[in-house]
Amino acid sequence: MQKINRQDAKLMTGNEACAEAAIVAGMRFFAGYPITPSSEIAEVLSRRLPQEKGVFIQMEDELASMAAIIAASLTGVKSMTATSGPGFSLMQENIGYASMAEVPCVIVSVQRGGPSTGLPTLPSQADVMQSRWGTHGDHPIIVVTPSTVRETFDWTIKAFNFAERFRVPVVVLLDEIIAHITEKIIFPKEEEIKIIERKRTKETPETYLPYKYTDSDIPLFADFGSGYRYNVTGLSHDETGFPTNDPKKIDNLYRRLNQKIERYKNEIIEFKTEFLEDAEICVVAYGSSARSTYRAIRQTREAGIKVGIFQIFTIWPFPYEELAKVSHHIKKFIVPEMNLGQIAHEVSCATRCDVIKVNRVDGGLITPDEILERIKHVSV
Amino acid sequence: MGFRYEFRLSGSGGQGLILAGKILAEAAAIYDDKNATQSQSYGPEARGGSSRSEVIVSDEEIDYPKAVNINLLLCFTQEACDKYYKDIQENGILLVDSNYVTNVPEGEFKVYSLPITEIAEKEAGKTLVANIVALGIITELTGIVSKEAVESAILSRVPKGTEELNLKAFNAGFDRAKTLK
Repeated sequence: MQKINRQDAKLMTGNEACAEAAIVAGMRFFAGYPITPSSEIAEVLSRRLPQEKGVFIQMEDELASMAAIIAASLTGVKSMTATSGPGFSLMQENIGYASMAEVPCVIVSVQRGGPSTGLPTLPSQADVMQSRWGTHGDHPIIVVTPSTVRETFDWTIKAFNFAERFRVPVVVLLDEIIAHITEKIIFPKEEEIKIIERKRTKETPETYLPYKYTDSDIPLFADFGSGYRYNVTGLSHDETGFPTNDPKKIDNLYRRLNQKIERYKNEIIEFKTEFLEDAEICVVAYGSSARSTYRAIRQTREAGIKVGIFQIFTIWPFPYEELAKVSHHIKKFIVPEMNLGQIAHEVSCATRCDVIKVNRVDGGLITPDEILERIKHVSV
Repeated sequence: MGFRYEFRLSGSGGQGLILAGKILAEAAAIYDDKNATQSQSYGPEARGGSSRSEVIVSDEEIDYPKAVNINLLLCFTQEACDKYYKDIQENGILLVDSNYVTNVPEGEFKVYSLPITEIAEKEAGKTLVANIVALGIITELTGIVSKEAVESAILSRVPKGTEELNLKAFNAGFDRAKTLK
C-alpha cells in the first residue's frame, strides 16, 4: 500500500480516511479484532503502521484489544482500536478502566444493528447510548459523530487531541454508510492540522505522583518504562495511584474525573447549523442521518417551509445548552435516527419542546422523503 | 438544485459491482473533477446473496448518498431486475445482462439487453471482467463520465497485472454500445 499524497484530492472510504487520519494524528499502536463494518480500518493499518514504524497487532478478541491499547498508551504511544457493536460491548469493561486510570485512547466503533450479532453489513446508529453509558459508573468519555469522509478525517484527529488533552477514552462513532461510502476528499493543508500531545511531568521519578492534583484537573503524565514507577488500578485511588477507602479522597477522584470534561465542554462541543436563523422547525441530526436531513431541508426550503438543521459533531458531551439557545423560535423539533429514539430524548430534555421521532431499524438509511413527509406534516 | 445523476449496479455478491461502482465514482470525481459518491448494500455472504452498488454524480456537494430516482440501472440477475426496475426514473436506462436476465420488464425507460458476460468471454477471454465490460457500455450510453477518465480510474483501481485485460474488456463494452445508438 502506497503512502497517501495528501496534496491531491482522493477518492476514499470513511474507514480509509479514519485510518489515515489516525496516522496523521500520531497514532503508532493499533490492537484490534476485525469486525464488519469496521474491518478496513484494521486492514489499512496492518499495512500502513509498519511503514511508519508503528505496531499493528491482531488480538484474540476485543477484551484483549482494549487492554493492549491501554497498556501501549501508558508507555506514551498514541493508541487506538476499531470495532463494531458486538466488539464494542466486549470492550466496555476496559473502557471503564481507561476512564478510571485516565489513559488516553481512541476507540472507533462503526455501528451495526443490534443487540447481539444483529445486522453485520447494514447501517445503524444503535450504539449512541452504549458509547456514553456502556461501561458502569459515572465516568468521563467523549464521543464524536462525523457524517462525511472529510469529517471522519478531521474528527479522528480531533478525537486523538481530546484523548491526549483530557486523558480520556474517546469514541469515534461511525455508521456503515460513512465507513463504506467512497467519496472525494480534499485534505486539510498541513498547517491547518492541529495536533495535541499529552502534558508530561517535569518532576523526577522520586517525587512524581501519577494522579497529583493540578489546576487543570488533568494529572501530568509519565511514560511507563521511562524510569517512573507508579501504580495503575481500576480501583478508586489517591494521588499515588494506590487504592484508597478514604471517603474524601474517593469523592475528590470521582468528582474530578467527571468535572474535567464538564468544565471544558465549551471547548469540546461542536455543531453546525443551516437555515436555522428564521426556522420554525429544526431537525437535529448526526452521522449519516444528517446527510438525509440536508437533502430533505434543501428540498423543503425550495417549497417555502421554514426548516433548518442542527447537526451534532460531539454527541457526548451532549450540546444541551446550545440546543436550548436555538429553541426559542422553534415550534417543533424532528430527530431522525437509525435507532428507536436514543437522542430524541436528550433533545427533548434540552429544549423542553415537542420532539418528533423519525426512526428506522430495518437496516436501511433514513430517506430524505421520510424526513420531508414529517416536516410537511408538522408545518401544516 | 443542481445536476444529479444516479447509477445503481445490481446483481449478486462476487460479480464485481462494488469495484465497478468505485471505478465509476473515481472517474467522475478525480479525473472528470465532478463530485461523486459510491455506496453499497450487501449481505453477510462473501459470494452470492444480493449485492448493489450505487454511484451518484453531481456538480455540487452530495448530501444523501443513495439512489432514489435512478437514471441508469444495471442488472446482472433476474432477481435484482425484478426488484429494482420500478425505481428507474422516466426516460432512464435499464441495462441487463441477457445471459442472466431473460424476463425484461417494460416501462417508461429505455431497455438495453446485451450478453455482457458472453462479450467478456469472447472479447477479453474471461467472464470475470463482465463488470468492466458493463462499465464500457455504461460510459458510452450515458456520457456522464469521459472515456479517458474511466480508463484512468480502471488503471488505478484494478489489481496489478490485469490492466490490459481490463482495458480490453472496457473497450469491448464501449465499442458494443456505440453500435446501439
